Amino acid sequence: MYEFLLRMGDNTLVLGHRVSEWCGHSPVLEEDIALANISLDLIGQTRLWLGLAGEVEGQGRDADALAYRRDAWDFRNLLIVERPNRDYGHTLMRQFLFDLWHHERLADICLSEDDRVLGIAAKCVKEASYHLERSTDLIVRLGGGTAESHSRMQTAVEALWPYVGEMFTDDALDIEMDKAGIAPLPSNQRPRFDEALNITLSRASLTRPAGDFAQKGGRSGVHTEDLGHMLATMQFLPRAYPDARW
Amino acid sequence: MYAQTVQSTGRKVKSLEEMSDQERAFQARIDAGEKIEPKDWMPDGYRKTLVRQISQHAHSEVVGQLPEGNWITRAPTLERKAILLAKVQDEAGHGLYLYSAAETLGVSRADLIDDLLAGRAKYSSIFNYPTLNWADMGAVGWLVDGAAIINQVALQRTSYGPYSRAMVRICKEESFHARQGFDIMMKMVAGTAAQKAMAQDALNRLWWPALMMFGPPDKDSVHSAQSMAWKIKVMTNDEGRQKFVDQTIPQIEYLGLDVPDKAARKNPKTGHYSFVDPDWDEFFAVLKGYGPCNADRMLARNKAHDDGAWFREGLLAYAEKQTIAAE
Repeated sequence: MYEFLLRMGDNTLVLGHRVSEWCGHSPVLEEDIALANISLDLIGQTRLWLGLAGEVEGQGRDADALAYRRDAWDFRNLLIVERPNRDYGHTLMRQFLFDLWHHERLADICLSEDDRVLGIAAKCVKEASYHLERSTDLIVRLGGGTAESHSRMQTAVEALWPYVGEMFTDDALDIEMDKAGIAPLPSNQRPRFDEALNITLSRASLTRPAGDFAQKGGRSGVHTEDLGHMLATMQFLPRAYPDARW
Repeated sequence: MYAQTVQSTGRKVKSLEEMSDQERAFQARIDAGEKIEPKDWMPDGYRKTLVRQISQHAHSEVVGQLPEGNWITRAPTLERKAILLAKVQDEAGHGLYLYSAAETLGVSRADLIDDLLAGRAKYSSIFNYPTLNWADMGAVGWLVDGAAIINQVALQRTSYGPYSRAMVRICKEESFHARQGFDIMMKMVAGTAAQKAMAQDALNRLWWPALMMFGPPDKDSVHSAQSMAWKIKVMTNDEGRQKFVDQTIPQIEYLGLDVPDKAARKNPKTGHYSFVDPDWDEFFAVLKGYGPCNADRMLARNKAHDDGAWFREGLLAYAEKQTIAAE
């Protein structure tokens, strides 16, 4: 259960951080505001998931201790959320692919037999539904905008495609969580994800990349090089001043 | 203040006798405390001065995202990160209200932003100073937003309706910002020796630039008289600065920090503090572009704008296609 909660909380922590890196640097003021909103939602969700993870672990660690005092190999997020922002097209495509998975994942977890898990999922799914609506809308508009916006979105979906498969790969922990009635298998979501993805890509005149090769490892602690750099920045103060209270 | 050196007409204030009938009627409305609305007649100078002031104010909110954005990725707890994000998000929102208020005067946000990016428009000098340690996030909220509130509370009474109403909304959020800044400072001074040193360092660096926010001394403020007559400006630079010093020095003492101005003393008769002026040569140099961060701030804004051009163009092209399809 602890590991499952880390998987949920680390996804929102890492993506929330990535989105916050845009603050003040986005293409237009309205996007600065929207990105801050999304980042705030994700950080709020992190506090819920990691807060419960700390309780379940029972070692006296709270959400901050888990966020700021673990090294990369203890992180359990999907690789896609730690991919760097690159251009705004990559950022939006990463958000869209994550939102599409996240929304379905949370909807599934709303069937959890664990009241604490269900409570968090029920709160988060509302926010995820808004995030998905926004990112879907932008993908459609940019795919159907100028030749350049179309080309950037196509490039982005191709670059991120190898990170999609990991979202739906079941491992021993997933099977255990499914049996315990805590969360259904991630693979259950794939047909729904594919259907919704195909509809949006088609509305956006974007081509679904060929191939099913999937980069994996994030959910068991084997990350890309990017996560270490992100944590070096994010964890600097609590690491440099371990006795301080902020 | 976020609009420190707004050029007005450059001429002396006209007497009632020198005014045309229309100007006299306008001045009478101002003197009676009426709000001027976008469709009302107004002197050209009034319109131009307001556009300069409101756009400087808007640009300051937008550029002001950068010094605090500098610490969002390094905020030390999830709660602090969320609070800082929400605060910077508010600043972007203030930028939007203010650009909208400026647009009621017949200018476009796109043109105003072009002026900023080309270096033709000004923004508050305070944002050309760096944020070097985490306590700066406290000091910016406490001192910078604290100074801004003094002016903005006064500006709720400004004569132009849309600007005045924008200020009412903005002030509610700014007072929250100042409180969260002071809360960070309280934590820092109650913390380890290193945290207290960060708090003192932030205060020492930001004290003088915060005093500069109110603009040059009244005796050197060449454009104030007309703005005051039109009630675009409702408090002088020196009045605002004195108010700031009077409210802030007791707060510094409460925090147990040293007042950067060693000569500051309270006059028991007037209740006001005496204080040393900031270095006005430095102030004018920062306005001319020679502050520690002017070049970096403009580079960041220009990069965001240029890198985002394809995004804005893509959305516009899509909207146009939808309109054509609907016709």
